[in-house]
Amino acid sequence: MLSPEGIFEVPAEYAEYGKYIERLNLDDFLKFYRDMARIRRFDNECTALQRQGQMGLWVQALGQEAAQIGSGYGVGPNDHMFPSYREHGVAITHGIDLMSIIKIMRGVNHGGWNPEETRFHLYAIVLATQVLHATGYAMGVNFDGLVGTGNPDVDQAVITYFGDGATAEGDVSEALLFAATTKAPLVFFCQNNQWAISSPVSSQTVVPLYLRGEGFGVPGIQVDGNDVLACYAVTAKHMDDARNGLGPSLIEALTYRVGAHTTSDDPTKYRPADELEYWQARDPLLRFEKFLRRQGVGDDFFEEVAKAGDELAEQIRAETFAMQNPPLENIFRHVYSDPHPMVAEQQAWLEGYEASFEEGEPS
Amino acid sequence: MSLAQFNLPDVGEGLTEAEIVSWKVAPGDKVSVNQVICEIETAKSIVELPCPFSGVVEELLAKEGDTVEVGKPIISVQSDGNILVAGPITTSIPIIPESSSTHQAVADVAASVASDENKPNLVGYGSSAHGGTRRKRAAGINSPAVVPASTSSMPIVSPVVPSSVAAAASSTDVIAKPPIRKLAKDLNVDLSKVSATGLAGEITREDVVNAASQASVFRNLTTPAQKTEREERIPVKGVRKAIATAMVQSAFTAPHVSIFVDVDATRTMEYVKRLKASTDFAGVKVTPLLLMAKAMMWAVRRNPTVNSTWTDKEIIVHNYVNFGVAAATPRGLIVPNIKDADRMSLFELAQAIEELAATAREGKTTPEQMKDGTITITNIGVFGVDTGTPILNPGQVAIVALGSIRPKPWVVNNEIVIRQVTTIGATFDHRVVDGDVASRFVQDVASVIEEPALLLD
Ligand SMILES: Cc1ncc(C[n+]2csc(CCOP(=O)(O)OP(=O)(O)O)c2C)c(N)n1
Repeated sequence: MLSPEGIFEVPAEYAEYGKYIERLNLDDFLKFYRDMARIRRFDNECTALQRQGQMGLWVQALGQEAAQIGSGYGVGPNDHMFPSYREHGVAITHGIDLMSIIKIMRGVNHGGWNPEETRFHLYAIVLATQVLHATGYAMGVNFDGLVGTGNPDVDQAVITYFGDGATAEGDVSEALLFAATTKAPLVFFCQNNQWAISSPVSSQTVVPLYLRGEGFGVPGIQVDGNDVLACYAVTAKHMDDARNGLGPSLIEALTYRVGAHTTSDDPTKYRPADELEYWQARDPLLRFEKFLRRQGVGDDFFEEVAKAGDELAEQIRAETFAMQNPPLENIFRHVYSDPHPMVAEQQAWLEGYEASFEEGEPS
Repeated sequence: MSLAQFNLPDVGEGLTEAEIVSWKVAPGDKVSVNQVICEIETAKSIVELPCPFSGVVEELLAKEGDTVEVGKPIISVQSDGNILVAGPITTSIPIIPESSSTHQAVADVAASVASDENKPNLVGYGSSAHGGTRRKRAAGINSPAVVPASTSSMPIVSPVVPSSVAAAASSTDVIAKPPIRKLAKDLNVDLSKVSATGLAGEITREDVVNAASQASVFRNLTTPAQKTEREERIPVKGVRKAIATAMVQSAFTAPHVSIFVDVDATRTMEYVKRLKASTDFAGVKVTPLLLMAKAMMWAVRRNPTVNSTWTDKEIIVHNYVNFGVAAATPRGLIVPNIKDADRMSLFELAQAIEELAATAREGKTTPEQMKDGTITITNIGVFGVDTGTPILNPGQVAIVALGSIRPKPWVVNNEIVIRQVTTIGATFDHRVVDGDVASRFVQDVASVIEEPALLLD
């Protein structure tokens, strides 16, 4: 829909998606851009903080901003989201405090937020597990009769995010089957960022991934994942369909992991430089900026965004450095809902062990 | 103004050290927050480090090429005030008041933190988990504008991946796993020059080890230009001097006698191949030398006098084998030995030989490891040589040379067939070992190489 030159056009055969864009106004566009810029700045700052020893690990979303912000805004206020571990962009469209993501990567918080309140569920590090969780949840929504009532305050859909690599897990196939046979209100959102750590997508699939659901009865579509408007429209439409009882669908967003897999990875060992250049020329922010400028948005706005980024970076640094270690008991707190003798024993041991250290300068 | 230090963080997960590849700043330079100050190389990757504070660089605390432990300070910066104090997770940024002279103290603290519970490991978190200053108490798609395609019309947008992706593997010239890269770095091997034998074209551990030994010891890989000076004087000292003394002492006190036998080593090579593939021997290097060692141990039991020492009053026959392995090192030949090698299983022996060779290559062999050898093997085959007449190690009465093993014509049942053939050569102290014992010993070794199943004896 959006060309690299920022020209927006909806081909006639996709008019049903175009309708979703027509409903947006300039403020929505600016919001999209602001959030993409915000998440990119956040990402860069966190990468630096990891390199400075402030986090054990950082997982960059760099390059995937459009796929995440666009689809995040396509998710409705009753819907539930089941992310993997890279969906910082989706997170901010639903009010997740960015600092809570840092806390996870710093190892001072296990989960980060309360999914019951945010509807954005916890990050899943074990690949593809969230896809099954989402399927189960969506089946539950069906059981509760919260689909296709026609009442927008009642109807719910579920969306789950996963990578191209995760599709090779049996979990995704199982989920597709369950979702299809139960007609679950679920959207499978696959960000195909071309790489699963060092494995190229060509080692995960021969057929384009959006066709993966076909055999299970889950229709799929492919979308330019670096086009924030397209990602928004496609997500919004398919979430509507799911909410209206039309069953599951699969979206494949073609994008690119511009950064390393995580800060522990060095992609120069397996990725040719020209591939990176190809995708950088299709940068989602650059493209959307061109679009906005064509709409008459001027330097003022982009300067304001840059300034907000600087403030954000400073705030993130200050708050990260100020983070305290949580009490030890947090590790054990949510293992069981009721007290458990084995957990209590482990906790006592750890407390004893920790007490055997002394703080301060060695003599 | 205060002096702030940046301690080397763990940029991977559970890394314990990194090498400073290059500095991007120098003392006196102004730095800003997140400005890249240096490039480091860990066991996993090359990484740029951004500065956590702004100010003026006071001192670089590590040189390019230095390997620094995680937690040690690498740079100090006269900060222009706005230093964020590290939270408790990390030891990264201790603040030193301008006036205090705690430079060393801080370094010590960092060192103690770094070394306290740090075990080298590649993966897995927590090697330096205890932050702060805690101590133990005294104790693709081609078209960029892809439009959503409804499945009913089902246009397959292809190719999914830009074609360059498919080329990724081939255009990245070196394929090697991180531990292999680390090994290469440790052994000073340039991976781009190593020929890979792995199934997927990857460089294996063996490739690196071979390259290391070849590059540093066996071959002059380049022919140096004609020197201008007519002579060069190399001082006789160190290892060279020790070698010379031992050789002279040995050659002029013990009457040497050498004998040779050609042998069909095909079965040994097959056995080596099977061992290599077996999970029981995973992670350890299996070579023909290993089987030679085992063969010698067996032959020694059958001919104990070859494993003895001559003194003018008596012959001491050793009922243990301290198995010497001649090792070519960049500094010269040394012969460390494996104590009580005869009591070792094949696996233990393989481990011991590998360790001995690695230690020797690193130049870390201790005098203790070179003392009290009882019999020696020298593997001249790896130099591509068929055989030789080795000189005895002083105090020993037998040394065996393993020649190169290569396909040669061999007569089996009156027909010429291609077999893996080698020559076993051995030298004995004729004062102790008579011709018959010497021959029997060498024949025994040869028969095992011909039929390793004899080891089951
Ligand atoms: C079940 C499981 N297997 C392996 C891993 C290790 N792992 C972590 S991320 C990853 C690659 C995932 O690639 P992809 O699904 O394409 O997502 P991306 O990281 O590119 O966003 C792997 C193999 C894991 N976390 N879980």
